[in-house]
Amino acid sequence: MARTSLSAVALQLSGSGAAVSEPAGPASATATPTFVLDVNGREHQLTVDARVTLLDALRDRLGLTGTKKGCDQGTCGACTVLVNGRRIDSCLTLAVMHEGDRVTTIEGLASGEQLHPIQAAFIKNDAFQCGYCTPGQLMSAVGMVNEGHAIDRNTVREQMSGNICRCGCYPHIVDAVLDWKGRS
Amino acid sequence: MNPFRYERAQSGAAAIAAAQHDGDARFVAGGTNILDLMKIHVEAPSLLVDINRLPLSKIELRGDSVHIGALARLNDVAAHPVVRQAFPMVAIALEQSASPQLRNMASMGGNLLQRTRCAYFRDVAAPCNKRAPGSGCGAIGGENRMEAILGTSERCIATHASDVAVPLVALDAVVNVAGPQGSRSIVLSDFYRLPGATPHLETVLVHGELITGLSVPVLPFGARSTYLKVRDRAQYEFALGSAAVALDIEGGTIRQARLALGGVGTVPWRPRAAEHDLTGAPATRTAFEGAAEAALTGARGYGMNDFKIALAKRTLVRALEMVAA
Ligand SMILES: Cc1cc2nc3c(=O)[nH]c(=O)nc-3n(C[C@H](O)[C@H](O)[C@H](O)COP(=O)(O)OP(=O)(O)OC[C@H]3O[C@@H](n4cnc5c(N)ncnc54)[C@H](O)[C@@H]3O)c2cc1C
Ligand code: SF4
Ligand code: FES
Ligand code: FES
Repeated sequence: MARTSLSAVALQLSGSGAAVSEPAGPASATATPTFVLDVNGREHQLTVDARVTLLDALRDRLGLTGTKKGCDQGTCGACTVLVNGRRIDSCLTLAVMHEGDRVTTIEGLASGEQLHPIQAAFIKNDAFQCGYCTPGQLMSAVGMVNEGHAIDRNTVREQMSGNICRCGCYPHIVDAVLDWKGRS
Repeated sequence: MNPFRYERAQSGAAAIAAAQHDGDARFVAGGTNILDLMKIHVEAPSLLVDINRLPLSKIELRGDSVHIGALARLNDVAAHPVVRQAFPMVAIALEQSASPQLRNMASMGGNLLQRTRCAYFRDVAAPCNKRAPGSGCGAIGGENRMEAILGTSERCIATHASDVAVPLVALDAVVNVAGPQGSRSIVLSDFYRLPGATPHLETVLVHGELITGLSVPVLPFGARSTYLKVRDRAQYEFALGSAAVALDIEGGTIRQARLALGGVGTVPWRPRAAEHDLTGAPATRTAFEGAAEAALTGARGYGMNDFKIALAKRTLVRALEMVAA
């Protein structure tokens, strides 16, 4: 099946920035909106094809490749980021839809060299093998705690069910979350 | 995805006007269904009208109805104290939908309008009367384990995928709509269309109509309700069968019942005959089994989904027992 590569489209457009004649401003219809995206406290001005998902904008335009693409259809959670503190799947939303939002990715979790406590808890509890799902797991765990759901083992299991781990690290992921929140 | 223009609507009227002027325009709310379908070329709008900035997220008690804005997110509706208290079956259905991330994105309006998960519908190389009218139905005589057993036609047997629509149809929820011709309110059971000869027409909405919210009448016995969902894994999966049940029981006798089935119908299924049978009946397993027989009257399997007939009956009986207990 022929699929247009969105990253290719995005890069093409960025290379021809001056040639984009559509007046910017998403209140009037445009195929190549110009907008500001706030990621990890930094503002980025973007002009991208409207098709670019938040996930592709993060990875291919901003070079923030910590957020992973697993399925690109909402079934794995590898692309989990926080938007205004809430966890979402960045593959099923457009970048342009997030003008004015606060986006937090895995790159924004640690403070410099100081790991976020959930990152430290993942290391301590051996909560990953290949690590591909890990950024999504971490962002989802932070989102879950923001929602007030890290209550007990069963709730954590259920509330982390939006993140698939092909290495099957689930028991240790639950351990890590409970360890972080001081519950077991 | 096909190329499209994007516009952020600043008002409901602007959203409706933008859509009205372009026959291939679509609204986008959470995006979790429309963008998924655009990636696989099942949907190819020329214009996406982003409605997320419209003030349609409120959840509140207004008179004797709970009003839920079209842009209220599934997680927020599930967590809302008024919803949890007035009709737990709505909160349970939402908590068992999709994943936590998707529930933070998905809106109530978008959930009601989500398209079927039928694998042939999602594969542009396959025949499908819903996606390409007149091309045939791949599921009849094909892989149809997930397809419907109630409300089917010789043109389409696709299951309606929404969980929350199931308790909402039992509660006689009303869909409030604004459109080019003004506003109207439609009871949810009249909102969905059976596939018949035109499976591509799924609701009574006309192009450009915007769902603004839902009004869910507070049912006096709605607090005594549940939603039971049976699926291939414990979370993050669509229903094979589900039942929403609310019962008004006094002294072991059922005074009133509200029932609906999910995962088995081409639309969220309200078995009114079974509700009628339960009225005045004793709250016993025998009565529940009789109601389940009545609820599945006319059900038809297509081979791989034959098991759903027995599954739906048992799901309904179990849900009735849970609520009666
Ligand atoms: C992996 C996965 C698992 C899922 N599991 C479940 C599940 O178990 N149970 C379940 O019920 N659902 C499930 N879903 C479906 C999910 O709940 C829906 O995709 C979601 O509710 C759609 O809402 P949205 O706001 O994202 O809609 P969008 O994708 O934005 O829109 C969907 C459709 O509705 C239209 N629309 C949206 N809002 C309005 C409005 N206000 N007025 C008029 N038209 C409107 C759009 O034009 C579009 O055609 C799952 C989805 C995924 C991806
Ligand atoms: S069941 Fe309906 S949606 Fe599925 S292939 Fe047949 S016509 Fe298409
Ligand atoms: S890449 Fe987004 S959910 Fe899998
Ligand atoms: S650690 Fe490998 S997929 Fe989870």
